[in-house]
Amino acid sequence: MTALAPAPAAVPDAGEHRRVQVISRKAPIAFAIVTGLFAILLLAVPREGDATFRFATVGDLFTIPNATVPGMATAWTAVVIMGLATVAAFVLVARRRRVPGWISLVFAFVFLVGFLAWAAAGSPSDIPAVRLIGGSVLLSVPIVFGALGGVIGERAGVVNIAIEGQLLAGAFTGAFVGSVTGSPWAGLVAAIVSGVLVALVLGVFAITYKVNQVIVGVVLNVLVIGMTSFLYSQVLVPNAERFNDTERFSRIAIPLLSKIPVIGPALFNQTIVVYVMYLTVPAVWFALMRTRWGLRVRAVGEHPSAADTVGIKVERTRYRALVIAGAIAGVGGAFYTVVSVSSFGKEMTAGAGFIALAAVIFGKWDPIRAALAALLFGFASNLEGALSIVGAPVPSQFMLMLPYVVTILAVAGLVGRSRAPAADGVPYIKE
Amino acid sequence: MSAEQSAPSGDAAARAVAPTSPESGGGDGGPDRRWQEAIARATSGGWAVAVGAVLLAVLAGSIMIAVTDPEVQDAASYFFSRPADLLKAVGDAVGGAYSALFRGAVYNYNADTFAKSIRPLTQSLTYATPLILAGLGVAIGFRSGMFNIGGQGQMLMSAAAAGWVGFSFDLPAGLHIVVAVAAGVVAGALWAGIAGVLKATTGAHEVIVTIMLNYIAFYLLSYLLATPGLLQAPGSANPKTPPMASTAILPRIFGPQYPLHLGFLLALVAVVLVWFLLNRSSLGFRFRMIGENQFAGRVAGVNVSRTIIGSMLVGGALIGAAGSTQVLGLITNGFGSDIDAGVGFDAITVALLGSSQPVGVFFASLLFGAFKAGGSAMQAGEGIPIEIVLVVQSLIVLFIAAPPLVRAIFRLPQPEKHRTGKKKPREPKAAAAMAAPTTPTADGAAR
Repeated sequence: MTALAPAPAAVPDAGEHRRVQVISRKAPIAFAIVTGLFAILLLAVPREGDATFRFATVGDLFTIPNATVPGMATAWTAVVIMGLATVAAFVLVARRRRVPGWISLVFAFVFLVGFLAWAAAGSPSDIPAVRLIGGSVLLSVPIVFGALGGVIGERAGVVNIAIEGQLLAGAFTGAFVGSVTGSPWAGLVAAIVSGVLVALVLGVFAITYKVNQVIVGVVLNVLVIGMTSFLYSQVLVPNAERFNDTERFSRIAIPLLSKIPVIGPALFNQTIVVYVMYLTVPAVWFALMRTRWGLRVRAVGEHPSAADTVGIKVERTRYRALVIAGAIAGVGGAFYTVVSVSSFGKEMTAGAGFIALAAVIFGKWDPIRAALAALLFGFASNLEGALSIVGAPVPSQFMLMLPYVVTILAVAGLVGRSRAPAADGVPYIKE
Repeated sequence: MSAEQSAPSGDAAARAVAPTSPESGGGDGGPDRRWQEAIARATSGGWAVAVGAVLLAVLAGSIMIAVTDPEVQDAASYFFSRPADLLKAVGDAVGGAYSALFRGAVYNYNADTFAKSIRPLTQSLTYATPLILAGLGVAIGFRSGMFNIGGQGQMLMSAAAAGWVGFSFDLPAGLHIVVAVAAGVVAGALWAGIAGVLKATTGAHEVIVTIMLNYIAFYLLSYLLATPGLLQAPGSANPKTPPMASTAILPRIFGPQYPLHLGFLLALVAVVLVWFLLNRSSLGFRFRMIGENQFAGRVAGVNVSRTIIGSMLVGGALIGAAGSTQVLGLITNGFGSDIDAGVGFDAITVALLGSSQPVGVFFASLLFGAFKAGGSAMQAGEGIPIEIVLVVQSLIVLFIAAPPLVRAIFRLPQPEKHRTGKKKPREPKAAAAMAAPTTPTADGAAR
């Protein structure tokens, strides 16, 4: 990008220019709020007993013993460490330095351990670390694919609010074709095709007819919800066993890797779609950041008229990017009906596309960061399931709320102002 | 769209440069020529596109209805022996569906009395009421460059607040309504205000925050509804509130046999107020200013942070009013966590269809309200899933947003001269963008 947009910092030697350093107090303030809330929670609802973390599964290369810790003591230790991290962040900001990312990571990890120890204290069941990680990966699969599709589209300058529609269309055709043919592969291919189709409709309206992309995206979501729900009631429900009963992909354990304790069974005993996800994330990053195609896509998204001047076909580049993005989002849609469950349900994506959109912005339009944001989201959603196993003393609705609260805190506290590609959402009109 | 419907006198300058203009063609064309001009203008105008868009959407809906209809499928299996059967089956299925839609939405010509015949119309207006209010709220966000997807959450919180005042307070008749509606308005404004404050102070993107607040509101309301002593009806295990007190219920405008309640008048007042706010007040001017260009607004002395918060508060207040009318007017015998009834998301489509203009939002809401009323009647009478209405609605918006496509399909003349006239003012903008390539555009405006 630097090659395209001459940064103003390149000419600072004029003498009278004063260096202005932007200091953000958001991280320490967010740390302080989270630490304070956690301490209040511990004071308000103290718990008795020990918490057990389980790391081992059958067939590990070597066995990590269960860790049993006293619940409240661990939680208060976590509060102290979090407090120290908060102080450190305040000191750094006072010295006009940035708060490094690893402090945020440590903070989040310590908070998580402390919270789990508190929640599981005195519970007869233990906290299964494997399920915690494996479930998070599974829950985040459609969000990761949707977010990758969103990143590619927006990097090319097409705002894609229709991720939800692409996921839902993929889920529907995946279920339909997968059931009729009896093959999950055919379902997957059909889902990709329908993701591309939705993307092409978006392209025709947003690129060729230069309609406001937000309008097209919002309306496409409604259109896909309407069509799939209509066809579901009219076609799938009356002949459920013929049209809405897919064969699912089975799990494939990768030799050796799946034997590593904790991460092995969680990450490397999954279905093919999950492995495709592991490969797609770095592939999209590489394609966008290190190839000629990616440079063109980004050029078209940042400054289409400049790209046009040097001979890049703006509209064609945008269409291609959208088609690829649609195919990726379609895979995410297939996850619902050929991996997760074996039948389609009305509006079964339940807003995952909007979460993916949030992940795109959260990840600052970077494929890897967006995928990580999606993973964080999957993790937070999965936490609720894990906590209901150990019987946490919090009403389930508040547990279900957690991922969304975490996202807001993370976006407000750590990410802050994110800058979209400059020509994002702006139709290109050739002079 | 309105720019393309320009009055004959408005595009005189543009016509002067167009090669086919009457000026260059000379006066010898006479009245014949003028007729052609008039027809060309009429068919290239906005209303022709609107009619075309509706026709296309209805056609697409008809195809979906016909293809999935079992009788049509039967008739299609012996199409080559008796093709007329297929046509008849298609006609029955599609005609039945749309006549049921019309009877449910506008005028039920099958009813015994006139009073019963016009009931569907009042039903449509009733469904339109929350759409108008919430659509105005979303439109204010759009005009100030913010994409408020949080209509659902704001409606849920306002319904909770208005409902709580509505069933638990003991106040005289008129005052009770005012207090309950005010509670809903304040709750909606505060819930949207969270997103505004976070955007203004930390830069957190309002799209993320409002989406997340939707879920948080949903689970918060679920908790309140499932907890005895909060919103749950006493002595019940269902996640549902007790009925509203009779003093808090919005009175029916045309008597008890018609569902239309006072909320509709509130919505009408809101249309006027929002029009005034956006077009005649300095606050509305600041809203539009940061919507067009935050940086220009800042240079001109607008306090951007405060304006962002203000815009979210006003938008949320309107959506809050929608939530209040929902619990105090439509569903008064206790509500659950589905009280928003999709209005929060429909409001986005309505605001887009109405191009974020108060009057446009009003008419778009009437259309959507009619579809909602008619769709329910169609589902009940003909067994056609109500989701077909979503398909038709979304296609209408899509086609109206793309006039060139509709014109191409119907072979309507493309308004060339309007185009050249329209393109002119864009040039300086593009030039400005080229001069300062590193200026980050107001990304809110794009979304």
